[in-house]
Amino acid sequence: MINRHLRSSRRSVLITLACGTAAIVTGVGIDPASAEIDDMEKAIKTFTKGAKLNSGKIKLDISPLVENGNSVSLSVEVDHPMTSENYVKRIALFNEKNPQPEIAVFHLNPRSGTSKVSTRIRLATTQHLAAVAELNDGTFWEDRFEVIVTIAACSEE
Amino acid sequence: MTTALLYVQKSAKRGEIITLKAIASHPMETGHRREVTGKVIPRDILKQMTCKYDGMEIFRADFYPAVAANPFISFTTVATKSGPITFQWIDDAGKIYTEQTELTVSE
Repeated sequence: MINRHLRSSRRSVLITLACGTAAIVTGVGIDPASAEIDDMEKAIKTFTKGAKLNSGKIKLDISPLVENGNSVSLSVEVDHPMTSENYVKRIALFNEKNPQPEIAVFHLNPRSGTSKVSTRIRLATTQHLAAVAELNDGTFWEDRFEVIVTIAACSEE
Repeated sequence: MTTALLYVQKSAKRGEIITLKAIASHPMETGHRREVTGKVIPRDILKQMTCKYDGMEIFRADFYPAVAANPFISFTTVATKSGPITFQWIDDAGKIYTEQTELTVSE
């Protein structure tokens, strides 16, 4: 147990060092063109085609404090029935500060039964995430959440 | 070589909501990382995953580089009838990887 602990903290240090070295040697570890906050809003607008964004209904479930940004578990669920008349059509995930604002888009239909979807994502740094759901009646619903990241997704060899 | 693991139950009652989970082994290279020399490592990701069951596409995911390596996905579907459930991943080069499982549905 102690051994494991030591190893993991040694690894953290190595990762941090590797990250720093890459930044010094090449100037940049990852592409400096990180998405700006506006990029996320733009990407959301592209997804909704400018439609009004309501808050509520959708719930983004992710740990508020993340140790390793390389793999972060996340799930989303929309509080909405899944019948042939009333269902969730699409769910999209966005981030503020990764190099690209899009994360993933999930396409659902009445046969999904529920709108619960889980995946694992990368987070370059501490930032806000947004989940947007499109219902079959054409309305859009969003939820936002801030995640603190202690080791960024920039050092995995 | 991309391989995939499926976690799907083998049997269900008709109308039951089942959870389907899948992991594909893939580096999901973002295209935003650089080598020590400064050269950009080209993007190579699985850009889409689709799941087909009982004659139609029941789920599709579009992935961007922000999806972690070895993309994991979990979603649900209603058990309608016995038959194969097919998962398919497409990478940036258009190459398709398929994995299949059988579901037995009882009344």
